[in-house]
Amino acid sequence: MSIRRPPEPVQLVKQRRDGVLRALVEGVPYIQFLGIQFERRGDELTGVLPFSDNLIGNPILPALHGGATAAFLEVTAIMTLSWGLIWEDMESGALDVSNLDQVHLPRLPKTIDFTVDYLRSGLPRDAYARARINRSGRRYASVHVEGWQDNRAKLFAQATGHFLMPQRD
Amino acid sequence: MSDRLKQARQFIQALPHSVALGMDVVDLKDGTAVVSMPYSEKLIGDPKTRVVHGGAVSALMDTTSGAAVMSHPSNPSGTATMDLRIEYLRAAKPGQTITTRATCYHVTRSVAFVRATASDEDSENPVATATGTFTVEGKR
Repeated sequence: MSIRRPPEPVQLVKQRRDGVLRALVEGVPYIQFLGIQFERRGDELTGVLPFSDNLIGNPILPALHGGATAAFLEVTAIMTLSWGLIWEDMESGALDVSNLDQVHLPRLPKTIDFTVDYLRSGLPRDAYARARINRSGRRYASVHVEGWQDNRAKLFAQATGHFLMPQRD
Repeated sequence: MSDRLKQARQFIQALPHSVALGMDVVDLKDGTAVVSMPYSEKLIGDPKTRVVHGGAVSALMDTTSGAAVMSHPSNPSGTATMDLRIEYLRAAKPGQTITTRATCYHVTRSVAFVRATASDEDSENPVATATGTFTVEGKR
């Protein structure tokens, strides 16, 4: 009978995953500029865009700028794709998580096209987004993103896009 | 500076997000808008290549397209983006200003149709193209 290895302590697992996610997000200046954060449940990511006056596009309503909404959804799509790429290497130990500067992180996917469907005006409140990877091949990926504010069922915007995946060396 | 350009500048100055991204109106007339966005560290989307994030280009496309709708001779009193599709043709050169030209080529009672092109300092080779549909609020 073989001796089973004891499971990895949960705190260690969380520390590793949160550390990699933080390095990935904090490495991108534009994500920091918009103030986007990511919440993680296992491998599921939720983008959070805390409201700020800087995000307003229509001061009279007021409403979020369509560009801020588009950027938020695109950032969520790219991070979700990238997170999916990193996951296996992170869990297997192939990715050196002790030294997480940009040099060791894999390259980010590149957007080929991105289509945003604006369903209702963005309120001056926090916004949330989750991406679903519909297809992820060796070269291309197709991703759908949903954005909502107060009600999960009432999307204020959704988007779909194609991405060029980074080539592994 | 002409009164027309002054008014156009005021239009962008009233949009906090566009100001935060450093956008400036170059021209605005009869359904065509030209808006520029200088390169800045905070716009970087890929730390390895220092290329501007696609989202910043989206914001520029959206602002310029909306401005084009507002400047259409049919005089809409307001507009909001319904749909915006962007194609990223190539990476913009780090350090260079991105300029977008948008044309509102058709307006109905309730919808405006726009096409836009963004270039860096090599204006012969666009970095991105966009097509958008916008709502049209009561004409003045």
